[in-house]
Amino acid sequence: MKYVDEFRDGNLAKTIAANIRREAAADKRYSFMEFCGGHTHAISRYGITDLLPANVRMIHGPGCPVCVLPIGRIDQAIKLAQERGVILCTYADTLRVPASGNLSLMRAKARGADVRMIYSPQDALKIARDHPACEVVFFAIGFETTTPPTALIIKQAGNEGINNFSVLCNHVVTPAAITHILQSPEVRQYGTVPLDGFIGPAHVSIVIGSLPYEHFAREYRKPVVIAGFEPLDVMQAILMLIRQVNGGRAEVENEYTRAVTREGNIKAQAQVSDVLELRRSFEWRGLGEVPYSALKLRPAYAQFDAEARYGIGYTQVADNKACECGAVLRGVKKPQDCKVFGTLCTPETPLGSCMVSSEGACAAHYSYGRLRETV
Amino acid sequence: MCLAIPARVEEFTTPGNAIVNIGGVRKEVSMALVDDAVVGDYVIVHVGYALQRIDEEEAELTLAAFAEMGELDNLHTELPGEAP
Repeated sequence: MKYVDEFRDGNLAKTIAANIRREAAADKRYSFMEFCGGHTHAISRYGITDLLPANVRMIHGPGCPVCVLPIGRIDQAIKLAQERGVILCTYADTLRVPASGNLSLMRAKARGADVRMIYSPQDALKIARDHPACEVVFFAIGFETTTPPTALIIKQAGNEGINNFSVLCNHVVTPAAITHILQSPEVRQYGTVPLDGFIGPAHVSIVIGSLPYEHFAREYRKPVVIAGFEPLDVMQAILMLIRQVNGGRAEVENEYTRAVTREGNIKAQAQVSDVLELRRSFEWRGLGEVPYSALKLRPAYAQFDAEARYGIGYTQVADNKACECGAVLRGVKKPQDCKVFGTLCTPETPLGSCMVSSEGACAAHYSYGRLRETV
Repeated sequence: MCLAIPARVEEFTTPGNAIVNIGGVRKEVSMALVDDAVVGDYVIVHVGYALQRIDEEEAELTLAAFAEMGELDNLHTELPGEAP
């Protein structure tokens, strides 16, 4: 497939790996966080860790929307499906996230709730159009990549006068989460999470551009390299980060120039800002309350806001005590540091959210890396 | 979740929609977020929406950068700055 195969070329990978080995100074340690779950997945799937010298370490970030969704938010969706009798539409990964009472949306469906997996928000609107007598709720999650389609569908529902449709909006924003990590005590005070730079998300940056990261380079002196999701993109970004560290630079560089510009997709940004606004605060699994880190519907679109429409409040629910997802999401622990990793918690029976989505750090390590260390 | 895939634009259908080819699979997607794509272009598709046109020249430059050996480092770091 064009724009995929050539970015997975093994010989080019060897060249980049050789450059990384040559340029990483033997007396230095490099710790880079890949913010986005797409990169976490690529690093595990293509064994990129094995191509890096021992002093270059990748730390998984919290950029997996399924992973950071707290139990209380899933509970809201389950409640709507079970108690209000709505048709609840959502993306596949969301269905299996463990919620309160040993439930998940999938299990709620098995018990009779009308929960439907969709590929596109357009599917949810179509279901609403096809079932005018039913209430249809789209349980929307995701970072900036996924937000513009949600905004468009809300506008479309308004234009078409589809009144049995609403959105349970759980969209989160990347820069607020990066700020939160940079200000966390593990990074600032204790140094338990050494951070020498970030790999910036690929498709999030298509929408928001490289501009929002300039703040992190300038104010926190952290290099950022935005990278595509193919393995060569990730490796080249690691090389570019090493070069920045070696050169004492802290800049925003863009490896993914074939799709990301400095300004991003302005049309998409405008659609989002027409329909959605920042919440004052939002709870993330692992990170806790993060100010101005998520979006809700603007008052003008209140009729499509499921939270307002059904009067459902948010109740905080603690994670399973054995689960280390919180520490994994903050980069403090690795998946294999968790006691239940691969035993009680597997992709088939996830206990924590990081084991659910293929881009969750635990699921990625379980699928591609767990046997590597024992060999 | 934020994964999106490259797809070739094959034909524009109803206003704002196009049939794209994703590795041999033809699918209708919304072009509401992308203004400048024409038939034959590649776009990045996510949850039924094209998000961006892929810049072919930039893709070639990136591939060329992968192949550069370390000896050219000084030159290399000068060249591929940020996109305009």
